[in-house]
Amino acid sequence: MAMTEPTAVALDGATVAFRLADGRVYTAVEQANLSVEHGEFVAIVGPTGCGKSTLLNVTAGLLKPAAGTARIFDRPLSGLNRDAGYLFQADALFPWKTAIDNVAIGLEIRGTPRTEALARAGRWLTSVGLGAFAGRYPHMLSGGQRKRVALAQVLIRDPKILLMDEPFGPLDAQTRQIMGNLLLELWTADRKAVLFVTHDLEEAIALADRVVIMSAGPSARIIGDWRITLPRPRDIAEIRMEKDFHALHREIWGVLKDEVMKGYVQSTQAGAA
Amino acid sequence: MSRVTLLALQVLVAVVTLVLWQVFSTVPVFGKVLLPPFFFSNPVDVFSQIVKWFSTGVIWKHLAITLWESILAFVIGSAGGILVGFWFARQPRVAAVFDPYVKMVNALPRVVLAPIFVLWFGLGVWSKVALGVTLVFFIVFFNVYQGVKEVPTTVLDNGRMLGMNERQLMRHVYWPSALSWMFSSLHTSVGFAVVGAVVGEYLGSAAGLGYLIQQAEGVFDVAGVFAGMFVLSAFVILIDMGVTAVEKRLLVWRPTAAARD
Repeated sequence: MAMTEPTAVALDGATVAFRLADGRVYTAVEQANLSVEHGEFVAIVGPTGCGKSTLLNVTAGLLKPAAGTARIFDRPLSGLNRDAGYLFQADALFPWKTAIDNVAIGLEIRGTPRTEALARAGRWLTSVGLGAFAGRYPHMLSGGQRKRVALAQVLIRDPKILLMDEPFGPLDAQTRQIMGNLLLELWTADRKAVLFVTHDLEEAIALADRVVIMSAGPSARIIGDWRITLPRPRDIAEIRMEKDFHALHREIWGVLKDEVMKGYVQSTQAGAA
Repeated sequence: MSRVTLLALQVLVAVVTLVLWQVFSTVPVFGKVLLPPFFFSNPVDVFSQIVKWFSTGVIWKHLAITLWESILAFVIGSAGGILVGFWFARQPRVAAVFDPYVKMVNALPRVVLAPIFVLWFGLGVWSKVALGVTLVFFIVFFNVYQGVKEVPTTVLDNGRMLGMNERQLMRHVYWPSALSWMFSSLHTSVGFAVVGAVVGEYLGSAAGLGYLIQQAEGVFDVAGVFAGMFVLSAFVILIDMGVTAVEKRLLVWRPTAAARD
């Protein structure tokens, strides 16, 4: 089915560089080639500070690559990526809006009448399990609940591409698993192209169709690409017990481990400097 | 400490102060009155002066004038502060050009402007409003400026990714953020509006609480001065309670809105 659709995300030789305060140029990501097919769930895994989020921001159109191109559904990306929904790592809800208003806003700014936007936002809150919390402000919700609201806020706009930047990073282990299953459930109902950034290899294997490994920064590269053939539907808590999962994990970790160590050494040196 | 004990102690402080004041200003100690009535009056006289003001109704006119001046100063100062705050925050170049002058004007003790305002706007309401505006404006301006600047990048990016255009970002992101900063300084700005009004009246006017105090002082009526001060404090406390109520409504979305200042 995916074959007929154009590729959702295609990065070709994407290089991202920043000018540092002292005038030097820091190359975060070098020559990244990455494609995400329509309806495909791709996870990017790499050591801390390797530029995973940078790649995501390029796909979102929030960052311009210094070299290389980004194509979205076979059209070159200019400006913001209007086909994408972005789930941020940090809290990005509008603190002055209630949960339901936070979800409804994506429709309202598009011109949907407020009553209809609220009705649909209410349904989305119910589907992320927060039907009873519509009137709460973000600070009255737990971290996991805020992520659920953020997920509904992004999904209500029905983006064709879903970009997720360590969305469950700040959550505790149990909540992460619950959120992971919720994500898979919502994704199965309406397959979008997903680009999911995480530093947690297990999470990546459990969720994704493909796992992409990045090297330690600076000048991070994509150094591996694995197809995850584990059967769906998956329960991400139980899938970790299976033999195939372990085999994949061992194989990918063999590559990732060295990069994690490199990244660790670099981060401690940077800290000392 | 329970509420009742606390209240009892608070009342006790007032009672003890008033009793000491009354005693030392009327009863000679070793043949000498410690608080000469000419300079310190006494609570009974002060209280009867307050009662007289309210029973004859003289005070209402002055209260209304001061309240009206404060409201005008607050509204005009806030509107100006919001406008300029937004403008500067969205146009960093303009802000950079005006920065030294903003600092200069803000550094100036505003009282010295009062004579000029009297010259420009006369002895009526507007010279007091002008003084209040110069005080309120800067508080609101700095807070709105900060509020627009301090919107977290993630929230801003989120707004953009959700498809907001500049106008919608203004309405759904910058504006609420700026207002929240402004509201968090509401006590200060409202307080300064009253200060501007009263100081202006004191320096030259024909009505208002400041005028009342100044008049009493002019004829060495110390009881009148004290009475004016008490009415003024009560007036400010009432306004402040109103502000607290408004703040509670407007900042429901903020964690511990009351604890932040």
